[in-house]
Amino acid sequence: MKKTGAEILWECVVREGVEVVFGYPGGANMPIYDAMLMYPVHHVLVRHEQGAAHMADGYARASGKVGVAMATSGPGATNLVTGIATAMMDSSPVVFITGQVAAHLIGGDAFQETDVTGITLPITKHNYLVTRADEIAEVVTEAFYIARSGRPGPVLIDICKNAQVEQAEFAYPDDVKLPGYQPRARAPQADLEQAVRLIEKAKRPVILAGHGVLVSGAEETLTHFAVKTQTPVASTLLGLGAFPASHELSLGMMGMHGEVHTNLAIQNADLILALGMRFDDRVTGNLKTYAPKAKKIHVEIDPSEVHKNVHVDVPLVGDLKNVLSDLIPMVDEYDHEEWKNQINEWKSEADTRSIMNWPNDGKLYVPHLIHDLWEATGGGAIITTDVGQHQMWTAQYYAQEKPNRWITSGGAGTMGFGLPSAIGAWFANKDQEIWAVAGDGGFQMTQAELTTAVQEGANVKVAIMNNNFLGMVRQWQEFFFEKRYSAVNMLTPDFVKVAEAHGVPARRVTRPEDVNEAIQWARKTPGPVVLEFRVEREDAVYPMVPAGASLDQMLQRPARAEK
Amino acid sequence: MNYTFIALVENKPGVLNRVASLFRRRNFNIESLAVGRTENPEVSRMTVVVDCPNGDMDAHKIEANLYKLVNVIDVHDVTHQPSVTRDLALIKVRVGPEKRGEVNNLAAIFRARIVDVAADSVIVEATGTEEKIEGMVELLRPLGIVEMVRTGQIAMTRGANSGIRRMPGMDDYNYEDDYAVAEMAP
Ligand SMILES: Cc1ncc(C[n+]2csc(CCOP(=O)(O)OP(=O)(O)O)c2C)c(N)n1
Repeated sequence: MKKTGAEILWECVVREGVEVVFGYPGGANMPIYDAMLMYPVHHVLVRHEQGAAHMADGYARASGKVGVAMATSGPGATNLVTGIATAMMDSSPVVFITGQVAAHLIGGDAFQETDVTGITLPITKHNYLVTRADEIAEVVTEAFYIARSGRPGPVLIDICKNAQVEQAEFAYPDDVKLPGYQPRARAPQADLEQAVRLIEKAKRPVILAGHGVLVSGAEETLTHFAVKTQTPVASTLLGLGAFPASHELSLGMMGMHGEVHTNLAIQNADLILALGMRFDDRVTGNLKTYAPKAKKIHVEIDPSEVHKNVHVDVPLVGDLKNVLSDLIPMVDEYDHEEWKNQINEWKSEADTRSIMNWPNDGKLYVPHLIHDLWEATGGGAIITTDVGQHQMWTAQYYAQEKPNRWITSGGAGTMGFGLPSAIGAWFANKDQEIWAVAGDGGFQMTQAELTTAVQEGANVKVAIMNNNFLGMVRQWQEFFFEKRYSAVNMLTPDFVKVAEAHGVPARRVTRPEDVNEAIQWARKTPGPVVLEFRVEREDAVYPMVPAGASLDQMLQRPARAEK
Repeated sequence: MNYTFIALVENKPGVLNRVASLFRRRNFNIESLAVGRTENPEVSRMTVVVDCPNGDMDAHKIEANLYKLVNVIDVHDVTHQPSVTRDLALIKVRVGPEKRGEVNNLAAIFRARIVDVAADSVIVEATGTEEKIEGMVELLRPLGIVEMVRTGQIAMTRGANSGIRRMPGMDDYNYEDDYAVAEMAP
């Protein structure tokens, strides 16, 4: 049966189970938008293509399915770039579909021609330039397969305008032919045996749970393994939710803003089991002094991560859930009492410094606010964040019990991610409570998407932590540049009026005693809501491992009296 | 030191760019890169010579990263394998009739050929290992090299041996290699 390239595109996209796409039309993708009207796909018109990219990303992270974002050629496609890089750094499965000028015009600097496959080569898992209609079916099927399999990631398809309108015979490909792309499913038995030998000898083991645990759907397997071997579990920023925060073996977050006892456990461990994580510099601190006493086992589906930053003793390359399931019957039960007691001792020492023990002094502190939000929502909301201090505080104080409710830009640290990713997550889970926590700086980067939320009736609640500063940069200037504040003092608009102008109900909160009431009001109010919290301006995120310092050289919150 | 890799890649537009871009992005220095067809029209073969200051550790990284490219089918490191490596050079030397004999003699020693003769220059064609060609170039230089072009190295292992793969998880992956790599950690 003959169809146009644009129709073939939608035939394939619909067969992938896609129900919603996020995008923005323009000259070079108009045939795609025209054909879309014939297919059961809901299109979300964003206010900036970056918003579409983050929405598709948020949708993918909340649903585990592939997200789809679309843009026209030239500026439309380049506006996606930040969002593509964000998805790449966090291994998020998103298919980007961009329009391109007609094939015969390529290379001639035609109107709105940009070398999009060239630009996105290093920030996609793979990309395609499609010049003919008869290539589309194969390319789209491959793109979805590549995006979601192995280590997931963004795939971009740049489709020339002539390929959208020309006709081709449509046959849906039964399978993909990718001779060079074969993600490993299981680790070889010999490798597993090496790992077991290290596990048997360990007296002070620690599990480092990364995003890979969630991607592989291995949360329960991880719990099973950790309990059987009584191994404490620390999480990366993106691994939060992979292991229940309330579990007695949970150590919480590791790394630059990780907890003191967690980082101490890593530095003193004699065995590290790194699961689906990539030893980012934000979790290792100084590599030369990182976990010096530990043997290291690294379970990872992407072999290029093995030995990349940290040299490991046993790499287990394969799908994490399979590898862990294979390991469980091979390992014995342990109790590791002494080790757990030691960690608990570190924990209680550190707890005395916790801001949670501070009395109410009339000021709003973000950690308290996040704790209140956690209580008010029963810890069950999907939380997205922007990037900065509020992001770290939300990671620290909104304890994650369940997988895939924590959506944050980790690898790229993209400001402006919070609101659009929350809107995307809402499309994946319309019944779930969703909160975007943002800073005043980052919120302004993508606040135009408030209207998108209104147009779509997206039930997302936004909590802006307004400190009138680019808080995280200010904190670094305070700590490492002798408090020379440079370009961090930020005038903000009246966020309540901004929200209301977009048709979003909003409130400003300035006193601790009003916090709960406001949160409950937001929860009860249908549709998008904005709460602006005027928070303590110069608070800092603790603990903090200064960049390049050893993981156990943490700056801790000064005791109350010293403040 | 220089490492030599053979990569079999899908014969599709843009694959060379993907490989080159990967080396740039991961900060590896390509010494030479030769691409051509193989016995299978769907597969191209690349011989890549890369400077690896950290030895096997870098070699592992290069291989693992090449495999990240969807179009890369297979990668072998043939650096330490018995193999035949060849580079082809065309060297134009500025010589009049009086010195042609000298070039001729040099060429004969290196089993090179003179493939073009003009009034004031000759072109020498030489094939061989890099060292051999380098050696010949040094001797021709005093006579006056006008221009030179080289294909970059191509390689093929001898016999059934196909070189080593450093990818953990590969069927023929050797565990001991990995321990060796781990010990080289800075
Ligand atoms: C797009 C982008 N630009 C710049 C930065 C650098 N940066 C990281 S945190 C930060 C400050 C964020 O300030 P704000 O949004 O007010 O949040 P806060 O830290 O105060 O919670 C900046 C500028 C970034 N991460 N992303």
